[in-house]
Amino acid sequence: MIQFILKRLAVAIPTLLVLIVVSFFLMKMAPGNPFAGEKTVPQSVLDNIYARYGLDKPEWQQLAEYIYNVVFRFDFGPSFQYRDRTVNDIIAQGFPVTFTYGAWAFVAASVIGIALGVVAAVRQNSWADYLSVGFSIGAQVVPNFVMAPILVLIFTLWLRWLPGGGWNGGHWSNVVLPVIALATSYFANIARITRSSMLEVLGSNYIRTARAKGLPGWKVIFGHALRPALLPVVSYLGPVFVGMVTGSVVIDLYFSTGGIGQAFVNSALNRDYSTILGITILLGALTITANLVVDVLYAWIDPKIEL
Amino acid sequence: MAPVLTVKDLSVRFALHESVVTAVNNLNFTLEAGETLAVVGESGSGKSQAFLALMGLLAKNGSVSGQALLGDVDLLALSKTELNQYRGRDVAMIFQDPMTSLNPALRLKQQLAEVLVLHKGQDQKQAETSAIEMLERVGIPEPAKRANAYPHQLSGGMRQRVMIAMALLCQPKILIADEPTTALDVTVQAQMLDLFKTLTEDFGTSLVLITHDLGVVAGVADRMMVMYGGRPVEKGTVDDLFYDPRHPYTLGLLHSTPHIAKRAERLDPIQGMPPSLENLPKGCAFHPRCAFAFDRCLAERPALTQLENGREKACFHEGPMRYGKVA
Repeated sequence: MIQFILKRLAVAIPTLLVLIVVSFFLMKMAPGNPFAGEKTVPQSVLDNIYARYGLDKPEWQQLAEYIYNVVFRFDFGPSFQYRDRTVNDIIAQGFPVTFTYGAWAFVAASVIGIALGVVAAVRQNSWADYLSVGFSIGAQVVPNFVMAPILVLIFTLWLRWLPGGGWNGGHWSNVVLPVIALATSYFANIARITRSSMLEVLGSNYIRTARAKGLPGWKVIFGHALRPALLPVVSYLGPVFVGMVTGSVVIDLYFSTGGIGQAFVNSALNRDYSTILGITILLGALTITANLVVDVLYAWIDPKIEL
Repeated sequence: MAPVLTVKDLSVRFALHESVVTAVNNLNFTLEAGETLAVVGESGSGKSQAFLALMGLLAKNGSVSGQALLGDVDLLALSKTELNQYRGRDVAMIFQDPMTSLNPALRLKQQLAEVLVLHKGQDQKQAETSAIEMLERVGIPEPAKRANAYPHQLSGGMRQRVMIAMALLCQPKILIADEPTTALDVTVQAQMLDLFKTLTEDFGTSLVLITHDLGVVAGVADRMMVMYGGRPVEKGTVDDLFYDPRHPYTLGLLHSTPHIAKRAERLDPIQGMPPSLENLPKGCAFHPRCAFAFDRCLAERPALTQLENGREKACFHEGPMRYGKVA
């Protein structure tokens, strides 16, 4: 197992390098550059700016220097947009915010989704099933850019329970609404996958064996059915986790949380080369890690998988 | 001595979209202590459903009526929770497919021990020790090591041994084995039948062997019950039914069994297909496939009637039957 993890981490390094190279050239191929504005700037000024950010060098050299700095100094370079901030600063400021509400939303979506899915499967075709399926679909068809203002309307403007935005150092009252808004778009899928997988497991021969032993119903479900039924859910949760902790521009915009989702979108709009690359690498590294965790969980759930 | 199990008027019905199908129709039988009863029939004869119903394991659209007296407890009148006290402890069941009947995510010792923890109140450690002893009794080599294995690490035969061990842990009064050898190699089948015989004798357990394999019946069973279209058509001792079948269907089954001594080019099946339960033939359900059918068989369904030596049959045909061409 440890060998497996080490091997996967070793493979992660070339993967990230490929990611950097491809993103770098895609970015350069896009029209425009960080300093193209509506005002016409004298060529001599532009030359000075280019020299300041190293854009006067040939592209392969820019790439090589960038990779060198990232690998050996863990330095993602200065932001092309904000003169006083480095990419490291932007990530260090935005990522903890995003990670906080993203991780809570992930926990909430997983727990609620799996619980609803299990209830729906166990009580198939009963009111509990219809209710949880209906609830899930309802949550799924409301996109988070609709959900967010609705939440603000109810909890901030009508009930006056929670602040409608801001981060306030991650105070719980500022975290709740972003978490709900982000979780609703995911738990429905989790519930649906859990339900269908649970139904399949409940119809299997080994569940019949468990019932024939005289085990009480809850023991059959939690002791025998749940773990095998979670296999497809776990494979879905890996990418969902990455999606959630890297945030959502919608959440950041509506709740002014100042997370990394908004920073990412802004950097792309501004052609802020170094910030785009920095956040892309972060996403790539998180994805690789999440997939590794999923694979390890797989082996735990299904003993047939040996790492 | 009173029988261990008395089943009266057992019927099993399944609700389909627009109709109700009767899979088992007014089944009556008794099971004596320590005996082995073979229940024989083609697919769809209701033989499995009858016993799944006793165990409370019918599919969701299934319903059951009648009585199944275990001592003086009617298994069919119990709630699911009450039934849980009996199944696994007094009545255990083994299924056809050992490859899928064990939980792939749990170690064998967990799956075995939980039965003892549940029904005998043993603690986990005690239960695991007893589980390992039982694995040894069913002939699993290195049982202490195997107990830690997962099902996929065992062969089909070994898994069926584990199933047998699991079923016998509480020394049940009745063991129901639903086609326990169908999925296994012939050589393993023979070992498995030996195992059934020894263990049920040791524990005084009555065995119900549901099968379509008459070779299996001949080797192990004391009495047999032949089922067709959801009803029993002939009952009696294995010797009586094998040497002197009185129902044309029993006769047909016996003839369709390949013989090692007869070098036949082709097998000799019963003509036609088993009937659809949704649309059973009028009169005797077997008449369309029966060589001895006459007018009365088409109009009226023969009831089970008592014959000598405790045997019963449901057929109007009297006198000898010679097996020949079946129309």
